[in-house]
Amino acid sequence: MEQNSFKKGITDGLPICVGYFSVSFAFGIFAVASGLTVLQALLISMTNLTSAGQLAAVPIICAGGGLIELAISQLVINSRYALMSVSLSQKLAPNVKGIHRFLVAFGNTDEIFAVSVSNKGTVGYKYMYGLILTPVLGWSAGTVIGAVAGNILPAVVTTSLGVAIYGMFIAIVVPQAKSDKAAAMCVFISVILSCAFKYIPVLNTVPSGFVIIICAVAASVIMALVAPIKIETEEVEADAVH
Amino acid sequence: MPYTEFFIYLAVMAGVTYLVRMIPLVLVRRKIQNRFVLSFLHYIPIAVLSVMTVPAIFYASSSWLTALVGFVVALIFAYLEKSLVQVAAFSCVAVLIAELLLKYI
Repeated sequence: MEQNSFKKGITDGLPICVGYFSVSFAFGIFAVASGLTVLQALLISMTNLTSAGQLAAVPIICAGGGLIELAISQLVINSRYALMSVSLSQKLAPNVKGIHRFLVAFGNTDEIFAVSVSNKGTVGYKYMYGLILTPVLGWSAGTVIGAVAGNILPAVVTTSLGVAIYGMFIAIVVPQAKSDKAAAMCVFISVILSCAFKYIPVLNTVPSGFVIIICAVAASVIMALVAPIKIETEEVEADAVH
Repeated sequence: MPYTEFFIYLAVMAGVTYLVRMIPLVLVRRKIQNRFVLSFLHYIPIAVLSVMTVPAIFYASSSWLTALVGFVVALIFAYLEKSLVQVAAFSCVAVLIAELLLKYI
């Protein structure tokens, strides 16, 4: 069975679009408050389509940070997409070949990935384009409106909205940590390391992009060694056949 | 931020992000089997988000006190497994109220 309706893709993408709008609204405010123009904020959102990566990049860009620092921070923060792309590659219908694979890859975000793999059977390129289009529009529109609103709204309101993106992160992390002890341990180690790089002399001189890389990689390596995930071999093989 | 400088940053950022998504989708046809690599990739998202949130959130408003209010409210609503948008919204409203209280009291 193959899902390849552009219209169905658009419909499935609507809830993602709404969620993205509110997050990118906060990103727009943050980008402008950090010193970028409305157009620059929009260009970042349209070409990157990644919340955590964009949030980490803005301080590096505005501080005139190194290109290597920027590149490595994006590589590490967005490395999860590599895994999702591997998984998505097995879900795509045979018609997703050539240029279509290169285009679909652009829109492989956490949420778009999650919705596309929740389909029964394979997904075709028309469906994927629909599923990517609505969230991209929501992400871009939210960024512009947030960036403009950041200049208009009273300071006390924009200050409060600055917390929104962290609220989102907390909403992703806490339920996982609640149901999985290893995940909770991972959060704990990450936070301890992150605070160490903020408050301990010498360590606090490390540029922000590198701090994210060092702490996240260290915490993930520790957890991968201490609590490796269970692999259900049969399921992996069955998935690979699709 | 001057545009010439900005476009170099933008190209690096968008280029790396795109390559991370594109290369595996175009090249990899088989599933990763290495347990350590899979485990590492499993923990990376939650580790990145944790590192980015704490302590950065405490510097996101005008005082650590109001940010703490937003942080605690976000924790509570996230623990109750409310949607992402709801948690973010309640957290913002809590900070707004705290900011106004701090300003006028």
